[in-house]
Amino acid sequence: MRRWISRQALLIDYTLSALARRGGRSLGLLVVYAGVVFLLASTMLFTNALRSEARAILAHSPEVLLQKLKAGRHSYLTQADLDRLGRLRGVSRIEGRKWGYFFDPVFGATYTLMAPASNSPGRGKIHVGDGVARTRGLSTGDTLALRSAAGGLHVFTVERLFSPESSLVAADLIVMHPADWGAFFELPDDVFTDAALSVVNPLEVRSIARKVGDRIPETRVILREEILRTYDALFDWREGLLLALASMAVAAFAILAWNQASGLSVDERREIGILKAIGWDTRDVLTMKLWEGTLISGAAFFLGFLGAFVHVFHFEAALIAPALKGWSVLYPRLVLTPSVDAVSFLTLGLLTVLPFTLATLVPAWRAAITDPDEVMRGTT
Amino acid sequence: MVPVPPDSSSTSGPPLHRFRPIQALGIALGVLAICLVAVALDLARTRPSRAEAERLTSTLGLTDLALVNEARYLRHLSLADLHSPFQDHPVALEHFPAGAVIAPPTHLRVSARPSAPPLCR
Amino acid sequence: MSALIELSGVTKVFHEGRHNALVALEGIDLAIEEGRITVLKGPSGSGKTTLLTILGCLARPTAGRVRVAGEVVSNLPETFLADMRRRTFGVVFQQFHLVTGLSALTNVMLPAYPTGRRHGEIARRAGALLHQLGLARLAQARVEWLSGGEQQRVAIARALINDPPVILADEPTANLDSALSAEFLGILGGLRDEGRTVILSSHDPRVCDAPLVDHVVRLLDGKLAA
Repeated sequence: MRRWISRQALLIDYTLSALARRGGRSLGLLVVYAGVVFLLASTMLFTNALRSEARAILAHSPEVLLQKLKAGRHSYLTQADLDRLGRLRGVSRIEGRKWGYFFDPVFGATYTLMAPASNSPGRGKIHVGDGVARTRGLSTGDTLALRSAAGGLHVFTVERLFSPESSLVAADLIVMHPADWGAFFELPDDVFTDAALSVVNPLEVRSIARKVGDRIPETRVILREEILRTYDALFDWREGLLLALASMAVAAFAILAWNQASGLSVDERREIGILKAIGWDTRDVLTMKLWEGTLISGAAFFLGFLGAFVHVFHFEAALIAPALKGWSVLYPRLVLTPSVDAVSFLTLGLLTVLPFTLATLVPAWRAAITDPDEVMRGTT
Repeated sequence: MVPVPPDSSSTSGPPLHRFRPIQALGIALGVLAICLVAVALDLARTRPSRAEAERLTSTLGLTDLALVNEARYLRHLSLADLHSPFQDHPVALEHFPAGAVIAPPTHLRVSARPSAPPLCR
Repeated sequence: MSALIELSGVTKVFHEGRHNALVALEGIDLAIEEGRITVLKGPSGSGKTTLLTILGCLARPTAGRVRVAGEVVSNLPETFLADMRRRTFGVVFQQFHLVTGLSALTNVMLPAYPTGRRHGEIARRAGALLHQLGLARLAQARVEWLSGGEQQRVAIARALINDPPVILADEPTANLDSALSAEFLGILGGLRDEGRTVILSSHDPRVCDAPLVDHVVRLLDGKLAA
């Protein structure tokens, strides 16, 4: 065992000195490889973190959401509609929700204006999300003037700012009094955008959804499980976002591995010939090459992954978040809870380290099994 | 056989071996481990809290992450229907960049709930 | 003295079966005696280097048999052959074939890396060899900075690191002046006095006609000459 460890240590010594002697090439390879891992790992960590956040936060969404349709498009629910639901068995609460969009032409941003039925701000006061505050430069006590579609100017006072940590759900929110909301959008009091139903027994959600559809025709029901599935699918690796970001990295990595596998340089082949001539056997040469592949890919993997971790959780995925931002003017602070999914980490490690190490062995094999004399003469 | 002197440094002048490459590797691994620990500690210290986000979701009945601000059907993805992307024109092509990487929600796809009445789609 | 290495009917053809096939050696029957200095003599292209590589098990013959210490080695699997090669032979190449970018000391240590001995032990032995050959102060110098004679002595030290009983040298005086050639022959004499077997290939009369040479094997066009 001790002899085996000594032998491995000496082979590692030789491998490291060989890599150092090919300094520029080794460094270039390490940088490119680490860059590929960085991109793949950033994408993986980012989407996993967003999926975890979505699962945790949206677990508190309404169990059943009811939308009214007219000619196949979204329409308003009225108090009469909600009264027709009456007392549904298994439903503990029916709450009409008032919310809508407002496009601010000055900043090119779209805000979501909400008016909760209970615990709303006082008249003339608003609670504002972190994204709105950043876009408009707002602090507590400032005023915000919004011009409605009818042309009227509505002035509100900022009573409270939502924290950056709630940015993922509240970045573009402006929460106001229901009467202010109605006045701004010129909608009567008994009109609602949709309705949220609280269900006593979660197992009865589907049957309740069916009953709702029976009582009020032309409605659409969305269940909490569908909301959660939407976000699970959004950040799934088979979907557009992750695939778009990762496919470039995978292509670059394939090129890198192919380059490694395509052959040794004349100097490297000659060096293998010398090593064999002075007493190294095929096993020693291949072990050395295996260490070379493992050291480069291991170093690149850990550097790339560490960089990705810092990039996603410390720098809020600054390099890849724009893929989601698109033309958005207003976007949330991506303050995500750091986490590493062990399965994803190991999968990424296996997918990058293993193929690259094998690609390093392939060209070395042919040189290693040849008679040293032929390799040194260059007749192979 | 060539005799090996017990202490070669007294007979051969300069020190026989310098720093071994594997020792440099060991130091590099040590530095990496320290960096890992430092990053982990820093992130643990500044770990964000979901409490307010969960509270707002519960009290306001929020249904979506405010990730994309470009279009309605991207902002409230889970509430979108199949018509909203075509709100401007029946054959309007997707023109929002984020819409190119975000697929329609799963419950709008063909394989979704077979038991649901058609109007619920 | 018994025959340490025996060749029977050895033939070596390069690029066999192709249009540029070359018969480097044909029908060689040769016995190398233990503890003696043998010189393979012949003009350029006579097959001396090829014969040397076959004697040192660096190449396999196309036909024929090679025995080392009574054992047939020409058909051994590569792992066994490499292990035997490491234990039995030390080679000094004509171009030295030192690994550039490494120090003299590291070059000397290289053949011992796969043996599993401790780094310190190998380094001490390598340092002692360099000291014996007068290169102690150049142990940490990169080999490409050394003169031809110094590089050859590093190559000799490298050939001795695993304490092999047989030393092979291919055209050892090709790049040396008279003084260095004489010095080299002196080193060879010392190796023979230690009980090692030395085999050289050379067409240099300073080597072939040197008094300390015990046996001269003449080659011409790949065959043994009288």
